[in-house]
Amino acid sequence: MGSRASSLLREEDIEEIKKETGFSHSQITRLYSRFHSLDKGENGALSREDFQRIPELAINPLGDRIINAFFPEGEDQVNFRGFMRTLAHFRPVEDNEKNKDPNAGEPLNSRTNKLLFAFRLYDLDRDDKISRDELLQVLRMMVGVNISDEQLGSIADRTIQEADTNGDMCISFSEFIKVLEKVDVEQKMSIRFLH
Amino acid sequence: MLSLTLVLLVSAACEASTDLYVSETPLPPELVRSAVSPVPTPAGSPYTAEEYGHPGIALARSADEPASATDSGESSHHHGGGYKIVQWEWSYVQTPYIIAIWLLVASVAKILFHFSQRFTTVVPESCMLILLGLVLGGIVLMANKKQLYQLDPGLFFLFLLPTIVGDAGYFMPARLFFDNLGAILMYAVVGTLWNAFCTGFCLYGVKLAGVIDDKVEAGLMEFLLFGALISAVDPVAVLAVFEEVHVNEMLFIIVFGESLLNDAVTVVLYKVYISFVEVGPGNVQTADYFKGVASFLIVSIGGTLVGLIFAVILAFVTRFTKKVRIIEPLFVFLLVYLAYLTAELFSLSAILSMTFCGIGCNKYVEANISQKSRTTVKYTMKTLASIAETIIFIFLGISAVDKSKWAWDTGLISCTLIFIFVFRAIGVVGQTWVLNWFRLVPLDKIDQVVMSYGGLRGAVAFALVVLLDGEQVKAKDYFVATTIVVVFFTVMFQGLTIKPLVKWLKVPRSTNRKPTINEEIHERAFDHILTAVEDIAGLNGYHHWRDKWEQFDKNYLSKLLMRKSVYRKSELWEAYQKINIRDAISVIDQGGNVLTSARLSLPSMASRTSFPEVTNVTNYLRENGSGVCLDLQVIDTVPGAKMEEETEMHRALAGNLYKPRKRYQSHYSRHFMTVGEKEKQDREIFQRNMRTRLENFKSTRYKRHKKDRSQKKRKGSDAKEQESSDKPRRNVSWQDKDPVVVPVEFENEKNEQSEPEKDEDVGITFVARKAPETPKERPKSVPAALDVCQSPAIVPPSPTCGEKNLPWKSGVGTLPPCVSVEATKIIPIDLQQAWNQSISSLESLASPPVPLEPQHPRVSALSRLGGPPRPLSTGSVPAPPVTGQFQFPGGKDEEEESALSQQQQEIQPLMSSTRPPPPPPPLPAQPAGKRRNPCVYLRSLVTASPPGSEPHSRGPTQL
Repeated sequence: MGSRASSLLREEDIEEIKKETGFSHSQITRLYSRFHSLDKGENGALSREDFQRIPELAINPLGDRIINAFFPEGEDQVNFRGFMRTLAHFRPVEDNEKNKDPNAGEPLNSRTNKLLFAFRLYDLDRDDKISRDELLQVLRMMVGVNISDEQLGSIADRTIQEADTNGDMCISFSEFIKVLEKVDVEQKMSIRFLH
Repeated sequence: MLSLTLVLLVSAACEASTDLYVSETPLPPELVRSAVSPVPTPAGSPYTAEEYGHPGIALARSADEPASATDSGESSHHHGGGYKIVQWEWSYVQTPYIIAIWLLVASVAKILFHFSQRFTTVVPESCMLILLGLVLGGIVLMANKKQLYQLDPGLFFLFLLPTIVGDAGYFMPARLFFDNLGAILMYAVVGTLWNAFCTGFCLYGVKLAGVIDDKVEAGLMEFLLFGALISAVDPVAVLAVFEEVHVNEMLFIIVFGESLLNDAVTVVLYKVYISFVEVGPGNVQTADYFKGVASFLIVSIGGTLVGLIFAVILAFVTRFTKKVRIIEPLFVFLLVYLAYLTAELFSLSAILSMTFCGIGCNKYVEANISQKSRTTVKYTMKTLASIAETIIFIFLGISAVDKSKWAWDTGLISCTLIFIFVFRAIGVVGQTWVLNWFRLVPLDKIDQVVMSYGGLRGAVAFALVVLLDGEQVKAKDYFVATTIVVVFFTVMFQGLTIKPLVKWLKVPRSTNRKPTINEEIHERAFDHILTAVEDIAGLNGYHHWRDKWEQFDKNYLSKLLMRKSVYRKSELWEAYQKINIRDAISVIDQGGNVLTSARLSLPSMASRTSFPEVTNVTNYLRENGSGVCLDLQVIDTVPGAKMEEETEMHRALAGNLYKPRKRYQSHYSRHFMTVGEKEKQDREIFQRNMRTRLENFKSTRYKRHKKDRSQKKRKGSDAKEQESSDKPRRNVSWQDKDPVVVPVEFENEKNEQSEPEKDEDVGITFVARKAPETPKERPKSVPAALDVCQSPAIVPPSPTCGEKNLPWKSGVGTLPPCVSVEATKIIPIDLQQAWNQSISSLESLASPPVPLEPQHPRVSALSRLGGPPRPLSTGSVPAPPVTGQFQFPGGKDEEEESALSQQQQEIQPLMSSTRPPPPPPPLPAQPAGKRRNPCVYLRSLVTASPPGSEPHSRGPTQL
């Protein structure tokens, strides 16, 4: 499977993806075969349905939000480049990347980008603010029905109040960063991709 | 300090000598066999229970005294002569007396060390204790010409070690532990094996090379045996040293986890080599090596299983202790200890067993037992562990002062020191290199240095070496001496220097910080995200399996092991409660201090300044003890009659505090008892996801769709709220925030709809008061609410008015500075915002209320309690205004006055139709003289009375 999949992937594509995402060659081919197996339409792009076919995602509370995060705004398809770009957010930050030259632009797996990914899951309307309503929706997804609405409401209020510094009762991205500044995001938003 | 120590020493020495006379024959001490080895133990089991379980030998057994001699103490010559008025009954109290004296010495020593703050920051306690032990041992030796005490292996393995391991296992941070389990196992198994073999072989090598003196009669097997026992990192020493160093959690958990889990390796190697030594190296067959491997698997896996079985039993038992709360802590101690003993019984790894018992049961037990029990368990465990640790180190010191152990061989000692250090370092570097291929967070060089340097040896090695049979292991004395030196070197030298080293290397320290609610939520979201990404990327990685485990835990384990009431709780909600409590406590603690505006902040808010260290300590202790207890049953233990005897303040607060809890409970039991199918959560999420997908399918435009949905949702929720007034409204008066936001929605989207809701809120607000008395009733009826008003015992809640004022008002900034009731606090307007949202009732009481409020009888009743006597302005409009304001906080922004009066008018007819005219406001039964400090009371509530813990958890919001 791997060979077939990688044959569909041109070398120069791999190089470009490598440069953009920082994945290694073998990781890219491995993920491409995964991409290919997800791509039931065989058209080189994944649709939402392709993602939704993954059984585990159906029982992931945030599954659909995460699926949506793979799709650029307004589009219904994601090609392999986009797929890899999203996955690259979760690459662990490696030592040699920490002191890379700063003018190369921020890598996708930087702390800020990891946080931005999480932030976007909350921020549905993309106004760069998590409103109480948006937070409540995510909370509701994560807690199930055992918890009552106003319990959840008070949690949401508390959350916002804790993070909100400018008093607009929303969590902006900068507030989001601030409130998580003590969290080891680099670790907690990374997974180990097989080499 | 010195004099006190001396006094203790002398007394100890006296007892020591008496002890000797009593228990031994009256021979002069120096004639007693000076180098008799302890009772030989069967090689297969180094510490058999029966031998050391003998009553009365526990602590005071002298080093060279055979176990049987202890009983011969009756023939003491102190009893000679005729009738004595005062009899010297030393033999009668001897054993417990000596134990108590030792405990006293250890405890006093601890106190003394901590007198000097500067000193203790430099010198670890363990060093000081060993030094003290050396001094004590010296004195005993001088008095008796012979060392009477030593760290007895039986005592150590059966009593001292379990207390420390039990504490460590029970309070082990499980998530951290399992996150790093791979590394821990690797270091514990591979690392220990590597250390043991290399040290053993190399010592044999240098022995052949002639570096070690010929007097040390040891062959390969003996050196391997010695290598096995000396190579294990010791949990006691690691705990003692690392707890003071405060390296980051990951580093700590790896080193400490290793020290716990390597027990199986050590035990097996030790036993295998002893049996090899017994039969002689020549007679060892190949099969024996395989037996050794099999033995390792059995010992480690068996020990773990025994621990887990006991964990399940313990968790299951605590499910049913609701009627006998008082023995809950006992169950915890007993079963955890039994896990240890049972493993010993089958000669499995007892430390593994106990550790996994602790880790396994913690989650369920903590959820099941009451708040008080939790605190008891925590403190008892910590106390026992602390005293056990102290005794271990003192006795280590004392044991060293013993002529019989001074079999010094410079070559052996220096080689051992070098080898264990070098091989530890090599082992760590090598294993880390391998591990970093797999680890998400690689261990960098600094970590490796600390891990190498943190490989401390301790009492386990000492106890094991003392257990050796001198007949079979000829070089035992040399080994003992070497072990003592190694232990002292690692604990004292490395213990002393590791702190500067860590500072110098700038190792990330641990922050003793509790997660904020934001962190709780977002980290949970991170977990879900990572799981999903792993699924998408097709990796069955760590998160995948953790997720699987959590599903299993949720569907089966928790259901089996947790009370139903607890099982229904959301972890997120609990976290929220805990944080609220924490804030409440710290705010109250501050109440005692001068409150400046700058310090009026909530500690859990990352963005704001945190409290000074001093208060943090108390908070830390307290908050750990006072986690939220959402247990329904706790409340039952509080008799209602008792509450009535309390002052009105008590009643007001208590009445408020208790209600929502019960209501939650009944709510839970009503709705969820029946629903408990196993994949409920999955189904819920699944259905929800499918629904959204369906909706997605319908409307192509994502954004718009979402908006629609959210609106729909809002509408839906509104409708729901109207339908079932009881559920959402239950504790409206408690939710400081709900009023803030919900009204905004109404205001924005549907002003006209808000009217009917007002009504319900009225009813519900009252109902909330009522709850404690009729928890199971669905409080729909307004009359019920009225009853509440009438009964003086249940004073209407202060929070109501507080909420009315603060949350939204603050934003407007129209409030003048509020003078809070509990005193002397002046809260400037701008701080209100931070303050009021999670704090409410007390300040709000005193804060100038919105025009209508003072008229409310409840308000007046409350103001009586703490505030300046307020003009009781007729209870003409009792409830409606409250709810009105409550309902439409947002409305006040612009048209406060008009809106309020309007609402009032609108409501009043409604109210009057359903209920008789409100009763006159209850007369102020307690005049101002009876006023008590709410702070004190609240604190006592939070800290002292677990039954109310749920209420507290709610309380913080208002505080």
